Amino acid sequence: MEKVLTKNVRPDLSYVDLKAYEASGGYQGLRKALTMAPAEIIDEVKKSNLRGRGGGGFPTGVKWSLVPMGGDALQPKYLAANADEMEPGTFKDRLLMEGDPHQLVEGMAVAAYAIEASVAYVFLRGEYQLSEERLRRAIAEAYEQHYLGKNVLGSNFSVEMFVHMSGGRYMCGEETGLLNALEGKRANPRTKPPYPAVSGLFGKPTIVQNVETLCNVPYIVTNGADWFRSLSLTQDGGTKIYGASGKVKRPGLWELPMGTTIREILEEHAGGMRDGVKFRGLLPGGASTDFLVEEHLDVKMDFTEVQKVGSRLGTGTMIVLDDQTCPVGMVLNLEHFFAQESCGWCTPCWSGLSWAEKALDAIENGQGQSADLDHLSFICKICAPGNTFCALAPGAVEPLQSALKYFRDDFDRHIGEKRCPWKA
Amino acid sequence: MLSSEEREEIEREFAHYPTKEAVCIDAMKIVQRRRGWISDESLQDIAGLLGMSVDEVDGVASFYNLIFRKPVGRHVIMICDSVSCWIMGYEKLRTQLTSRLGIKMGETTPDGRFTLLPIVCLGACDHAPVMMIDNETHRDLDPEKIDAVLEKYT
Ligand SMILES: Cc1cc2nc3c(=O)[nH]c(=O)nc-3n(C[C@H](O)[C@H](O)[C@H](O)COP(=O)(O)O)c2cc1C
Ligand code: SF4
Ligand code: FES
Repeated sequence: MEKVLTKNVRPDLSYVDLKAYEASGGYQGLRKALTMAPAEIIDEVKKSNLRGRGGGGFPTGVKWSLVPMGGDALQPKYLAANADEMEPGTFKDRLLMEGDPHQLVEGMAVAAYAIEASVAYVFLRGEYQLSEERLRRAIAEAYEQHYLGKNVLGSNFSVEMFVHMSGGRYMCGEETGLLNALEGKRANPRTKPPYPAVSGLFGKPTIVQNVETLCNVPYIVTNGADWFRSLSLTQDGGTKIYGASGKVKRPGLWELPMGTTIREILEEHAGGMRDGVKFRGLLPGGASTDFLVEEHLDVKMDFTEVQKVGSRLGTGTMIVLDDQTCPVGMVLNLEHFFAQESCGWCTPCWSGLSWAEKALDAIENGQGQSADLDHLSFICKICAPGNTFCALAPGAVEPLQSALKYFRDDFDRHIGEKRCPWKA
Repeated sequence: MLSSEEREEIEREFAHYPTKEAVCIDAMKIVQRRRGWISDESLQDIAGLLGMSVDEVDGVASFYNLIFRKPVGRHVIMICDSVSCWIMGYEKLRTQLTSRLGIKMGETTPDGRFTLLPIVCLGACDHAPVMMIDNETHRDLDPEKIDAVLEKYT
């Protein structure tokens, strides 16, 4: 299968400099983009069916078409690459930034051109030190060759690019939280509307886009929407960086056609389960997606198909649960994370999630009662989409509600036996 | 007092944003990189330089995981306590670290060598369990490896 995003990534992850990147066709997307009208690029991206790789799957071209264009639009407009990657179990953007940083720089330059943005930030996770070093180096090289800065490659298009290192908090990855963080504030979310595309960073039109999403953009410009769609096995265009962690034989990341089945990823690429453990379930795309189980292994991993069986593609990096690991303990770990990262704005989220954490802790430690399970289901309901200000709470209850569905017996055993059956 | 170096580095960031306030987090990180943490005095200096109130800057500081408002040891160990690491043996790792260092999570060893903190998923889940010490990520940890890793930091 054709590798697109990872074709330059070296096995030893050494730095791919500007020369090496150019030698593999790098910056051809930007060169071509500069000969096109921004509207043409947005149109091509729309036709490509590129959907956001940060977890939400929103059509990228549609989002760009919401940005006010032309002389009347507020200036400067902004582009922010969402490189916060704090979703537990997710480690794909790191690979793209460490393995081929120029690809992101080019993707951002093209995206900025398409929405006529003149300032672009990489909002980078504070712990990603190697990504920082490499992006700063790539950006400096790109400035030198006039891929960035004033009059890019002699055109009328100018763009400045900066790296912002995050102070560290899951909410920074939420698109409006990210805007507040970039403004030097706490990463609380903002009310929508107005949408960031119209009024975002410093009140100006802003597009926030995941790293992997942006990396795809130059190739769509170079090779066209039809080519991009042909990479995929399903309706959603392109390849996808899938991943697996947990007790599989070969945890890792693989770039595969969008729509590859869970079974292929798990059995062929991750090598199946480690000796001595059996598969029980998985979170298909990071901590805030619903569990899937054995019966779902033939589901195609794309936005539409995973949703049909009650979960989400999310970030596409799956977390595998095995039979030697306690599902209640796993959900407790997840809810501890979400409760800790709640910004405290909405009652269902901060009080519901901290209560869920306490109840799960009680159950895991043999102090739970059956009424606790009803309360947990109730919390899942009150945190449903629409009841809270941002998507943290709805995401938080996805693994919980599905664990209650698929691993109900294990919850009951904890309560009945007054202990965790997995603890000696 | 901020050193002239710190001040210059912060002022260079001003060019990247339309407001001074936006530099708040960068400014704290610049100071913390040199001093290990953000004291009340540093907070005041930063507030002064950015034209913000001390309370505003403190409100921001306290929100973020990577801004330390208390002194830390010479090396900061951040151990990932998120789901993939948990599955792969985080709890054993934590027990070993706390017993080797003789401190609880959140504490600093009496000799000031290490501070031990939990951190969320470090984006290296295919090499779980994972921890970071200062700027370095340590992957695929097991009991033997940990002892060898700790020895590198004095
Ligand atoms: C709590 C929370 C954290 C998020 N963290 C990230 C993140 O780290 N990276 C990311 O790309 N998107 C993250 N998102 C999704 C963003 O809000 C946004 O949808 C995304 O960056 C848009 O880019 P995309 O369309 O390219 O995916 C997060 C959402 C929520 C609610
Ligand atoms: S859902 Fe949670 S994280 Fe999101 S705004 Fe409400 S309290 Fe904050
Ligand atoms: S869960 Fe520990 S690195 Fe991702």
